[in-house]
Amino acid sequence: MAKKLVKKQYQGVYETMYKMRRFEEEVFEFYKKGMMPGLAHLYLGEEAIATGVCAALNDDDYIGSSHRGHGHLVARGANTGMMMAEILGKKSGYSHGKGGSMHIMAMDKGILGANGIVGGEIPIATGAAYAALYRGTKQVSVSFFGDGATNEGTFHESVNMAAAWKLPCVYIIENNLYGISVDIRDVTNTNDLVDRAKGYGIPGAVADGMDVEAVYAVAAEAIERARAGKGPTIIEYKTYRWQGHHVGDPGDYRVRRDTKEKEKWMKRCPVAAFRKKMLGSGIAESAIRKAENAVEAEIQEAVTFAVDSPYPDVSEAFTDVFTD
Amino acid sequence: MREIMYRDAIREALDEEMERDENVLLLGEDVAFIGGNFKTSVGLYEKYGDLRVKDTPISEAGFVGMGVGMALTGLRPVVELMFSDFLLVSADQVINQMSKIRYMSGGQATVPMVIRAPIGAGRSSAAQHSQSMQAIVSQFPGMKVVLPSTAQEAKGLLKSAIRDDNPVVFFEHKMEYTNKFDIDDGIELIPIGKADIKRAGEDITIVATSSLVMKALKAAEKLEAEGISCEIVDLRSVVPLDRETIIASVKKTGRLLIADEAYERCGIGAEIAANVMEDVFYWLDAPIARIATPNVPLPFSPALEFPIIPSEDKILEKARALVAPTA
Repeated sequence: MAKKLVKKQYQGVYETMYKMRRFEEEVFEFYKKGMMPGLAHLYLGEEAIATGVCAALNDDDYIGSSHRGHGHLVARGANTGMMMAEILGKKSGYSHGKGGSMHIMAMDKGILGANGIVGGEIPIATGAAYAALYRGTKQVSVSFFGDGATNEGTFHESVNMAAAWKLPCVYIIENNLYGISVDIRDVTNTNDLVDRAKGYGIPGAVADGMDVEAVYAVAAEAIERARAGKGPTIIEYKTYRWQGHHVGDPGDYRVRRDTKEKEKWMKRCPVAAFRKKMLGSGIAESAIRKAENAVEAEIQEAVTFAVDSPYPDVSEAFTDVFTD
Repeated sequence: MREIMYRDAIREALDEEMERDENVLLLGEDVAFIGGNFKTSVGLYEKYGDLRVKDTPISEAGFVGMGVGMALTGLRPVVELMFSDFLLVSADQVINQMSKIRYMSGGQATVPMVIRAPIGAGRSSAAQHSQSMQAIVSQFPGMKVVLPSTAQEAKGLLKSAIRDDNPVVFFEHKMEYTNKFDIDDGIELIPIGKADIKRAGEDITIVATSSLVMKALKAAEKLEAEGISCEIVDLRSVVPLDRETIIASVKKTGRLLIADEAYERCGIGAEIAANVMEDVFYWLDAPIARIATPNVPLPFSPALEFPIIPSEDKILEKARALVAPTA
C-alpha cells in the first residue's frame, strides 16, 4: 500500500528542502569569495530525494551518506552552524575541522558519515543494518549514493549480503547521470540502474527524484518493508545536479546528448515545484513566506557562526587518532 | 600451566570474550560451519548461533566494511580475513574507513573492531597467500597492529584487542596454528603496546615479532653455547611501538638485530632502526642489522621459498656477525 505525504507534513518537508537549497547557495558563496578551504560537492537540484526519504525515517534510524552529503545531513536535522563551521575548517565544526565537507558526521543524528570514497559507505550502512537486526531494535539503515557508486564492488557486495540475510537496509541511488564528467549512459548498459535489484532477488523501485511526493511514496514503502523484517530494497531516483561535480567544476560537459539538458532539468526545480503544489493545496503564500524567513534566519545565523568561529589550534592535528 | 595449540588459544579468547560480552560477534569466510580455515573458531557457531558467528560470501571489502558499520553502532565485531594478503582486497575499508573515521569525525565515533589475519610463509602457498602485511598496515594512522608470538600472547593479546575501543589488526602466524605451547591457566589480559623481554642477555638485543620470536629463542640457546648472550625482545605490537623497552635493552647490549617477516623495503626493521637511532646511537658497538623477507614475490617451490625467508639460521648468522670482533 503506497504511503503518501499528507498535508500536515507539507510545511516541514518544504522547510527542509528550502533549507538545503539556501545552505548550498551559501556554501557556494563561501567558495566564490575564497573563504572555503578545499572543495564541496553541492546537492543543489537533488533536494527532493534526501527530504522525501528522511521524512519516512524514525529519529533513531541510521543513514550513510556520500561525498555529496550536505543535503542528507540537513534532512536528518543536523546543526547547520556546525556543518558550515566544518566546511570552513573551524574548531566549532562537527569534526572540529578535521573532516571538512566530505566527512561531516553527526553520530547523535544517526548519521554514520559522509564519505570521500565513492561507494565507501555502502558496506558501513549495511553493517549498521546488521547491528539493528542483531539487536532486534527495528531500526532501519539507509544508504545514499550516486549512480557512479553502483559500479563499485562495494555496492554489489553489500546489496548481495543484505539480500541474503534480509537486512533492514534501503539503498538509494541518486542517479544524476554523471560521475564527474562521465555520462552513466556511456559506461553502463542499462537505462534503469535499479534493474540490478532483480539479480539480488530483492524489490527495486524507480521514481522521479525531482518530485518529493514521489520520492516519499516509494521510500516509505521500502523503509516499512525493511522495518518489518522483509529485507532490503533498491530505489533509483532520477535527478540532476544544478552545478558541476564540485564547486570548482562548471559542469559544462553535459551537452553531448542534448545541449539543453541542464536547462530542461532546471525547469523541474523540486523546491519550486513543491512550493507551487502547496499553494495549490490551499496553503497561504504568507505561511510559506514565514517558513522561508525562519529558514533564512537560521542560515544567516549559521553563516555568522561559522565565519566568526576560530580555527583549531595546530595541536589538535594530533588528537582523536586513537581513543584512550 | 597447561599445554595448548596456538589455534585453540585463539578459539578460547574468542569464546571467552563472546561469553563475557554479547556485543562481540565473529564474521568472515568459513568461520562458522567448518570453524575457520585454520580451525580457530571450532564450536563457536554451534554455541552462539548463526547471527553471532557468520559465514560471509567472498566479499572482503563488503564484510570488513560491514564490520566498520557494526562497530560504529555499538557492536564489537571480530572480522577474520583468511589470509593477510586479502587485506589488500579490503584495503579501502581498512585504511580509508576503519582507521580514519574516529579522526575524521573529530572524536565523535569509536570503531571497536578487530581484524584477524594470518601472516607468514613456509607452506608453499606462493605469492598471494604467504605475505606478512604488518609493515604496510602500520604505515597508516588510526589502527593498532598486534603480532602475538606464543599461544599465551595469542590469547592474552586477542582478549585485549577485542576489549580495545580502537581498531586493531591482529596478525596470527599460520605456521604456529598447530604448534603446542605452555600457557597459564587463568590467563591475564596482555596490554597492547608493551614489549616483553622473553630472555635476558648482555651482548646483543634481538627484537623479534610473531613466529620469529620462537626462532630467536632457539637461536639464543645455540649462541649461548658459543658464548654470545642474547636478549630477546618480543615486540608484541608495532603500533603502538614500545620504544622504551627497545632503547633500554640496546643501551645494555650495544647491539641490535631486528627480525620481522614483512618485506625488507620500508619494513619493520627499517622503522625501528630509524625510530631508536637518536636514542641509541652513542651506545651502539655495531651497525643495526635486520632480517626480513627480501623484496621478491614469495615463490612456490620449497627449493626457492625456504632459503629466502627469515629463519633461525639467518638469525644465528647475523647475530654472530654483529658480535664478532671487527678487524
